[in-house]
Amino acid sequence: MKFGVVRFPGSNCDQDAYYVLRDVFGKQVDYIWHQERDVKGYDCIVLPGGFSYGDYLRTGAIARFSPVMEAVIAHAQKGKYLIGICNGFQVLCESHLLPGALVRNTGLKFVCRHVYLRVENVSTPWTNSAKEGQVLRIPVAHGEGRYVAEPETLQKLNETGRILFRYCDDKGSISEAGNPNGSIEGIAGIANESFNVLGMMPHPERASEKILQSADGKVIFDSIIKTLLLQ
Amino acid sequence: MPQVKVYVTLKPTLLDAQGRVVQKALNTLGYSNVEQVRIGKYLELDLSEDGDVSEQIKEMCDKLLANPIIENYRYEVIK
Repeated sequence: MKFGVVRFPGSNCDQDAYYVLRDVFGKQVDYIWHQERDVKGYDCIVLPGGFSYGDYLRTGAIARFSPVMEAVIAHAQKGKYLIGICNGFQVLCESHLLPGALVRNTGLKFVCRHVYLRVENVSTPWTNSAKEGQVLRIPVAHGEGRYVAEPETLQKLNETGRILFRYCDDKGSISEAGNPNGSIEGIAGIANESFNVLGMMPHPERASEKILQSADGKVIFDSIIKTLLLQ
Repeated sequence: MPQVKVYVTLKPTLLDAQGRVVQKALNTLGYSNVEQVRIGKYLELDLSEDGDVSEQIKEMCDKLLANPIIENYRYEVIK
């Protein structure tokens, strides 16, 4: 089982993701430089958070055309696992691997704090270790995390259980107060049609050890590791 | 040498949080008649070749300069 963490110029959560996979979970993991054109041999690729290419033009817009992305898209199209966290989620939307887009937070502020997420579907490769309706406490750190999509897209996401996480309060109810960025329907993370691609704004890699206030993010890594073991 | 001016705007259905703040600031300055402000992007492209570049510009906009999910665009080619 081998993980790869892509490094774009401007990525800044690459080391956190690498550290968690190697030191917390004891898995084999490599960095993948953005100029790389071959990602064969990786079972799961992580697009980390940060400000790839300075987020010029739109978040993720330039990263989407970096050399490595052609191989990453092919990896996903083969049904292999791919997770985009924060800026990685923005890159996935720009790449059209996930529908919709991420725009400026309603409150305009860069929001950097722990939020609560409710797990909406536990029958996915990324959430199979979570309990139905489990509430996770995980930090967000973004200025452009408001998820938007066309009504038809939202309907399809809802009907097919592809909304994996929604922002909620500490009790697990979905409310405006629990939504840090104005995301439509409180959406914090979604999967593609075949569930091998996940995009989420919150940072599970920053919440995988008790010393960091919360280890709730571990459930996502536990789930994908379990999925890969059962393959 | 043609120059192309590209205007990228947020789709009307999308809340423009920045625009709303600017509108409120203008209202505060006494311009009470400003009912809406929407912020977009303006790009100038200098091209090396003459000829019909419309198709090419459209392609550039769809691929990179605008995100059709959230933005509209229009452009002018200036000879």
